[in-house]
Amino acid sequence: MSPAFGRGAMTNHMIDLKNTNVALIMGSNIAENHPIGMKWLTEGRLDPKRQTKIIHVDPRFTRTSAVSDLYCPMRSGTDIAFLGGMINYILENDLYHKEYVLNYTNISYIIKDEYGFEDGLFSGYDESKRTYDFGSWGYQYDADGKIMTDETLQHPRCVYQLLKKHFSRYDVDTVCRITGSPKNKYLQVLDIFCSTGEPNKTGTICYAMGITQHTVGSQNVKAFTIVQLLLGNMGRPGGGINALRGENNVQGATDMALLFHIIPGYISSPTNTEDNKDLISFIRKITPGAAKLPFNNLNEFREIVKQGIPYSGWKVHSSKWVVSLLKAWYGEAANASNDFAYHYLPKRDASKNYSHIALFEAMYRGEIEGLFVNGTNPVVGGPNANKEQEALTKLKWMVNIDLWRTETADFWTYPGWDRAVDNPNVNTYAPTNIGTEVFFLPAAAVYEKEGTAAQTGRWVQFRWKGADPVGESKADLWIYDELGKRLKQLYAGSNRPEDEPILNMTWEYEGHAGEEEPDILKVAHELCGFHIADGTPVEGFAQLKDDGSTACGNWIYCGGTTLKDGKFIYKPQLREKDDPSGLGLFPNWGWAWPVNRRVIYNRCSVQPDGVTPWPGDEDRRLVWWDAEAGGWTGWDVPDFIKSVGPDNPAFKDPFIMRPEGKACIFAADGSLIDGPLPEHYEPWESPVPPVLNKQSLNPVAKVWEPDKKGTSDKYPIIATTYRVCEHWQSGSLTRNLPWLAELMPDMLIELSEELAKEKGIKNGREVIISTTRGDIKAIACVTKRFKPFVLGDDIVHQIGLLWQFGFKGYAKGDIANRLTPHIGDANTMCPEYKAWLCDIRRA
Amino acid sequence: MAYLTNLYDSSRCTACRGCQVACKNWNQLPAVIEPFRGNYQTHEDTNADTFTIVKMIETEDPVDGVIWNFLKYQCMHCFDPACLKVCPRDAYTKTSWGATVHDPDKCIGCQYCTYACPFEIPKYRKREDITTKCTLCADRVEEGLQPACAATCAPGALMFGNRNELLQYAEDRVKHLRANGFPRATIYGKMELGGLNKLYVLTDTPDKFGLPVDPKVPGQIPFWKDWVQPYIGWLIPLALAGSATSFVTTRILANKHGKHDEGGHE
Ligand code: SF4
Ligand code: SF4
Ligand code: SF4
Repeated sequence: MSPAFGRGAMTNHMIDLKNTNVALIMGSNIAENHPIGMKWLTEGRLDPKRQTKIIHVDPRFTRTSAVSDLYCPMRSGTDIAFLGGMINYILENDLYHKEYVLNYTNISYIIKDEYGFEDGLFSGYDESKRTYDFGSWGYQYDADGKIMTDETLQHPRCVYQLLKKHFSRYDVDTVCRITGSPKNKYLQVLDIFCSTGEPNKTGTICYAMGITQHTVGSQNVKAFTIVQLLLGNMGRPGGGINALRGENNVQGATDMALLFHIIPGYISSPTNTEDNKDLISFIRKITPGAAKLPFNNLNEFREIVKQGIPYSGWKVHSSKWVVSLLKAWYGEAANASNDFAYHYLPKRDASKNYSHIALFEAMYRGEIEGLFVNGTNPVVGGPNANKEQEALTKLKWMVNIDLWRTETADFWTYPGWDRAVDNPNVNTYAPTNIGTEVFFLPAAAVYEKEGTAAQTGRWVQFRWKGADPVGESKADLWIYDELGKRLKQLYAGSNRPEDEPILNMTWEYEGHAGEEEPDILKVAHELCGFHIADGTPVEGFAQLKDDGSTACGNWIYCGGTTLKDGKFIYKPQLREKDDPSGLGLFPNWGWAWPVNRRVIYNRCSVQPDGVTPWPGDEDRRLVWWDAEAGGWTGWDVPDFIKSVGPDNPAFKDPFIMRPEGKACIFAADGSLIDGPLPEHYEPWESPVPPVLNKQSLNPVAKVWEPDKKGTSDKYPIIATTYRVCEHWQSGSLTRNLPWLAELMPDMLIELSEELAKEKGIKNGREVIISTTRGDIKAIACVTKRFKPFVLGDDIVHQIGLLWQFGFKGYAKGDIANRLTPHIGDANTMCPEYKAWLCDIRRA
Repeated sequence: MAYLTNLYDSSRCTACRGCQVACKNWNQLPAVIEPFRGNYQTHEDTNADTFTIVKMIETEDPVDGVIWNFLKYQCMHCFDPACLKVCPRDAYTKTSWGATVHDPDKCIGCQYCTYACPFEIPKYRKREDITTKCTLCADRVEEGLQPACAATCAPGALMFGNRNELLQYAEDRVKHLRANGFPRATIYGKMELGGLNKLYVLTDTPDKFGLPVDPKVPGQIPFWKDWVQPYIGWLIPLALAGSATSFVTTRILANKHGKHDEGGHE
């Protein structure tokens, strides 16, 4: 989403689902996996004003389909075809929200003449490297350096015309031939969802891993952004693109940069290259529009910022976020004379990838000695689990922090290594020939510790401790605080410069006298930022400085703390139930980043004049320009610069995190490395040849194990993995709770009655599923809810597997991920769990 | 006193089974782990340690395509409970607000109630030699709380309150559903068996949810209790030795799952 809007987060929030006219649930099983989201959709349904219609598009008929108004099946991995057809339908029938699109997106921007697209390849493709040169994917600029536009949308190189041409190939019949959706159902989906292009309606899209876990995952999301921008559904109540996170606090984890390519606050992490060699180079790199500007130090840079950098957006302030972060981490050791200790920051190898698959591939090659596994269970949850489990045998040591001894903690005890169902490709181990030393630290459960979780809608909510931890288990904060303190002790007295980052790291979270637990509010204080001079909270990121006078552990959390009557307030602890707007914003319940905005891009909830609601939509206005007061105001915190009024040219630029100020239908300059517009490619393993173009696989997806690609002659059946309501993630929690284990006691696969008949498989009996990566057993759930897909003259079958089982706990079963491939999205490397090939037979 | 009841709206239920877990939690019932038999429902019926289940029924028709119906199933707290009528030890009582409550201390495990109940609800728990069933959370309701199942239901499919008010909701809801794609939507529990203190809004006819369309108390039952009541004090041993036992044993033998003595994993 960030190439389109500037941020990657869920745009609206859970309660906001009640405000929608139409919800398109695609690649998500909201009723089972986000039941609280479903609760709010139900509210919308019962509200006579909204009468929410729910559409479910999914390869499987799930409990979500059962409660939807319309279910439309779709073959796994064909989302772009499905959505491309929708884009085509909107454009062909002029259903787009004209005022909105013209003013708030880059639809009128003129694209370079060199940009082109042919046979599934965008201009600039280098086949030998499987990469693109993005040079031609840019805007045309006039003599003054302004992007050229054509508001009439007639210019043949404007985004509108290019978009129309690109998606003209996605006619309904072609789409249905690819997706296998029944044409009548598909037309109904188009009709109902595209009706939200009317200015008085909004439609929301909810998605989850069914969208992202593909070799085209990012482009799937990009296709959503185009649909939602054309229909004018962004930044408005009941609209948006709602990325439902796989678990609570995944949002928090990414906010805190538990990813390899960013540092806290979604800033690109520094690399070992020349353009990152010192602080000023780094700032030049991360500030949009700064590349060629004349400055050599922070002072000169500040002068330039003061005058304004065209097309830089809010990220023009990146230097303040970075310097404040360095101050938070290194305190007094970070100062103007030493580049604020920028040299302490680890620099990642720019030529390497450190995502999940890459990490385990490196581990498998023996390049990694030690591993911390905390709250994750890769032996169950990782792709190609046979390989990942084997990779663990190559480690010297592993620290596992969890509530139970999970399959990962006890990987060395795996009973299946010498079991009957085995694949010749899988190596056999025994505990006696595994050298990995495993340390297990029992962790406290969520109710046994205090802290915040940032839920899917960016709401950060504090949770108080409900019970004491069991036995010796400890809160994660305690564990990491001890680790930090002991590391510092170990390095104490060293005068080697490379030890300085640890020695000088600020680490003062000492709890109250007599308490063993560190003080979590001290962590919050550092995270949300403070003035160095007097230690008072920084009230918002506009106050952050790059001169060393402020410290802030994560700029997007700035404003989460305040002083009231001299008392320190941590806003995630707020629990007020007032909702003056009636739109479910609850501004004083918890706190949402950024600066308590509940719906991001909310400037779009009013017309370009900043005041008038969209026709017929008076009660869904979130913010507005108050001419008298000379500032923006409203029910929500405006996602806009407060003082920018009608006389400022940026007044109609609602996407402040984008350099253009507009949302990007066309993703210019390689913000997505696999193309400025989405194009349908088949999954890595697909049973059918490409229809729309000559490419089968996404041309830039990285292929790790070419020899492990299953072909449809041996493995003709499509498979996908998923979760059910009764188990959570890898099941390490829920399979250990008898009340949940009894509700979903065994590993199962779902298949159609037709396929069962063909293979002689009986409901409730064991089957064997095999791929080039491994074989597993499971119990067959033969159901009317699965149907074969008719693709032109071909009929293909799809099965579904729960990935939540393992060899520990009350409910045990084979691990579905022993079957899934090591291949991921071209941009994010998110593994393609959702579409791969297998074969099945009776056990 | 006005009756307080649980209403279940099948059009809002997502079959999350949170209610089933909440019930186990409140009543501290052990898990009954049965192997997966090819249906998400996992437990085919309620059992001595599972007072409520959510039925999941798949059907398909040429017009509507695949339909997956959900139904929360438990004791119906009948206005005129057959279980209460037949119990030789008066283990059953009706609270002033409509719950049919069973007293395990009085229960002798004869299972006559199981046979009498039109829904076969009371289940035998071998380890204590008693029958058990949903209590409508009388222990919570009398302390001003909602039943545990209703309190946990996220999409609001379960609602607890005054029966007359809930009946009004049900009438309105059914009207709305009938006009919006569910022409056969109906209320269950309003009239059945003279009224149940448990209301259902169904999106289709009761048989599509595994409910008896016209539930009946097995023929001999009212007769037996009315006859035996005056002599209850001295007749119990005799009755148990005679007719009742034979009913029960026949019932056990004929029981379609043959699982009466499966009081969970003990
Ligand atoms: S808790 Fe509510 S939604 Fe979930 S199964 Fe029970 S009745 Fe249905
Ligand atoms: S449903 Fe059966 S157990 Fe419940 S009150 Fe009625 S007769 Fe008694
Ligand atoms: S009312 Fe109480 S006992 Fe009855 S099903 Fe609900 S939670 Fe269980």
